[in-house]
Amino acid sequence: MSDATAPDDTIPESSPDSALAAVLAAAKRSDFGLVVLTLGLIYIGATLLTFTDGLNSVVGLLRTLTFLGLVYALSALALNLHWGYTGLFNIGVAGFMAVAVYTMGIVVRSPDPAFGPPGFGLPLPVGIVAGMAMASLFGLVAALPALRLRADYFAIVTLGISEIIRLALQSSTFDTALRETLGVGTGGGRGMGMPQNPVRGLFLVDGRAGDPTALGAAVFGTLGEGGLGISNNILIGWGYIIVLAVFVVAFYVLLERLGRSPFGRMLKAIREDELVADSLGKNVDLIKIKVFMIGCALMGLAGILWFGSQGNVSPSPQFEPILTFYIFVAVIIGGSGSNTGSVLGGIVFAAVLFEGPRRVGAVLRDTIDAPTPPTFGDAVAAADPVGLLAYATDNIAPLQFVLLGMVLIFIMHRRPQGLLGDRIETAAAVDLTRREGGERDE
Amino acid sequence: MSEPATDAEAETADSSVEQAAQQTPSGLPLRVDGLRKEFGGITAVDGVSFEVESGSLTGLIGPNGAGKSTTFNCITGVHEPTAGDVYLNGEAITGLAPYEIAQRGLVRTFQIARELPEMTVLENLMLAPKGQQGESALRSVLPGLRGGVVEQEEQLRERAWETLEFFEIDHLATEYAGSLSGGQRKLLEMARALMTDPEVVLLDEPLAGVNPTLEEKLLARIDDLRAEGYTFLLVEHDMDVIMNHCEHIIVMHQGQVLAEGGAEEIRTNDRVIEAYLGEDL
Repeated sequence: MSDATAPDDTIPESSPDSALAAVLAAAKRSDFGLVVLTLGLIYIGATLLTFTDGLNSVVGLLRTLTFLGLVYALSALALNLHWGYTGLFNIGVAGFMAVAVYTMGIVVRSPDPAFGPPGFGLPLPVGIVAGMAMASLFGLVAALPALRLRADYFAIVTLGISEIIRLALQSSTFDTALRETLGVGTGGGRGMGMPQNPVRGLFLVDGRAGDPTALGAAVFGTLGEGGLGISNNILIGWGYIIVLAVFVVAFYVLLERLGRSPFGRMLKAIREDELVADSLGKNVDLIKIKVFMIGCALMGLAGILWFGSQGNVSPSPQFEPILTFYIFVAVIIGGSGSNTGSVLGGIVFAAVLFEGPRRVGAVLRDTIDAPTPPTFGDAVAAADPVGLLAYATDNIAPLQFVLLGMVLIFIMHRRPQGLLGDRIETAAAVDLTRREGGERDE
Repeated sequence: MSEPATDAEAETADSSVEQAAQQTPSGLPLRVDGLRKEFGGITAVDGVSFEVESGSLTGLIGPNGAGKSTTFNCITGVHEPTAGDVYLNGEAITGLAPYEIAQRGLVRTFQIARELPEMTVLENLMLAPKGQQGESALRSVLPGLRGGVVEQEEQLRERAWETLEFFEIDHLATEYAGSLSGGQRKLLEMARALMTDPEVVLLDEPLAGVNPTLEEKLLARIDDLRAEGYTFLLVEHDMDVIMNHCEHIIVMHQGQVLAEGGAEEIRTNDRVIEAYLGEDL
C-alpha cells in the first residue's frame, strides 16, 4: 500500500510513553499497519468475549467477523469510487449486487438441477465475468438518463432501479417468463442456490464432507478435528477469507491507481465542480458513465464474493435497501474519498456495529440470572437495572439500530470527514510535494 | 512560461505560426456573426456581430442587462444560440458542448472564481491540460501503460510549477485551493485556463473584487501573455480598465452592439454616453 509516506499530522512527535503506544504510533504510520492493528484489536475483543467456550468458538467468531469485515470493505471500496471520488450519490448498491449475483447463479447453475431454477451450466469464471458485465450494463442503463439529473434526483433513480431489480427477482411471473423464453429461472421469492464455492473443493473432493483432498487432510489433521479441534467448516471458511483478502488488496490497488492518475483528477474535479471540468474540456457525461459502470462492476464482484459464497440467496431480505445503507455507513465511518478509510470503515462497521452488539448482548444475557420483562414499559417501570439489562440484551437487534444511529450522529457532529477522510489523497501519478527528479511511484 | 515546456505546447506554437501565415478574415481567432438568443419571449442577445483580432485584448462592456453574459455563454457553449454563428479560427463552433469548445482552444474563466476547493493548487492546474494519456481509465491502471502516464505527469507537474511561478502563486502549490484568498483564486483561475493551451481566453470580470495591486499584476500578466500570442476577450464592468488596457472595445446595449472601436472613439461616442447616462467616461 503505497502512500505510507503521506504526511499524517495526527501522530504526536513526542516520544511515546510506553511500548504499546510505540506500536500504535508505528501502525498508524502505514495504512497496512492501521488495518492490521484494527483487526488485531477486534480479534482481542472477540477472544475475550468467547474464550471460555473453547478454541472452536473463538476461531469461528473471528472467521465470521473477518468475513463480514472483508465483504463490507470490498463493497465500501466500490462505493467509494462512486461517492467518495466522483460524488455520485448511488443508493442502489444492493440492486447492482443482486443483478451480478443472480446473473452469476443463472449462468453457472446446472440446466437440469435436482431442485431450484435451471441455469446455463457454464463454468464459474464465465459466470463471475457475466455477473460483473451485467451489473455494469445495468449501471449504464441507470446512468444514461439519470446522470443529467441533479445529485438528489439521481439518488432517487438509483434507489428506484435497485428496488425494481429486487422486486423483479422476487416475482414468480418474471421467473416463469424467463423459464419460458430462455429456459432459466430466478427461483422467485424462494431464491436460488448458489454454485459450490471452489475453495470448498480445495479442501474436500467434490465438496463432500468426510472426503478430504490432500490439502484438506493436512489442514484438518493439524488444525481440525484430528488436531486442535477446530471444525472443518470453519477452517474452509478461513480458506475463503484468504481469497477475500486477496480481492480486497486487488480492489485497493486498482482504486489507488485510478485515483492517483489524471483520470482520478477528473473524477475529483467532477465531484468538486462539474461546470469547471466541463469548461476545461473534459467530457463530464462520458466520464461519469465510465466511472459509474466501473463502480457497478466492482459492486457486482463484491456481491458475488459475498452472497455467491453463501449457499442460497433470495431477493429479500438479502438485497433490500438496508444493505446499501450499511455500506454507506461503512464508507462514512472510514471517510469518503479514502480507500484505506473504506477498508477500515468496512471492518469497523461489520465487527463493531453490525456483528459485535449481537455477540456482546448474547454473552451478557447468559451472565444475567433474571427473567426478561415482557415489554420495554415493564422493564423501565420495575426500576430494576438487572431487569432492564436483561430486556436490552434480549432485544439487542432493534437496539443495535439505536446504537448505529447514535454513532452516525456522533461522527457527523464530531468528525464528519470520517476516520481517514481528512487525509490528502493526491490525484496525480507523481508526487506533487516535490518538484523535479521525484521518485516515481512505480 | 518563457519556453515551451512540453511537446504539446511546442506543437501549438508551430500551428499558430501556420495559422498566422494564412490569416484571412475568416481565420480570425474569434468571430461572432449575427448571434441571437431568446429566452421565451425575451430576446437577450439580438443580432450581435464582432471580431476579435489575434493577440488582442478586446473589451466587452455594457450596462447591466445589456446581454454581455448571455453573449459570453453562447460563445462558450453554455447556451445554444437561437440564431447566428460563432467561429473559432474560421471553424464554426456554434452549438457545440462547452467541453468541445474548450478542447478546440477557447477557454473561459468565471466571474466568481470557481476553484476546485478540495484539490490542491497543483492538482487544479494539472487537471486542465488537453491530451493527457492518463485520462483513459485503462491506461492509468494497466502496469504496462502506466509508465507513459507517469512520464507525462512529470512534464505536466513541471509546467504547472512554471505557470504558478509566472503568476507568483507557486508558494501555494500544495495548499488546498479552498484555502486561497479571493485574489489568489482569480490568479489560479487564469493559470488553470492557460494550462489548457488555449488560443482565445474569455475572461469574465477577472478584476471584480480584486485589490488595485493585484489588479495591476493581473493586467501585467495579460500583457505578457498577449506578447506570446494569446488572444483575450474581456467582459468587465470597470470602465477605467477597459478604457486604459483594451485596444478594441465593443459596447453592448439592450442585446445589441451599440458601438465598436478604440478607447478614444468610444469615449466620444454620443450613443455610448447616452446609454451610460450619468457615468463619467
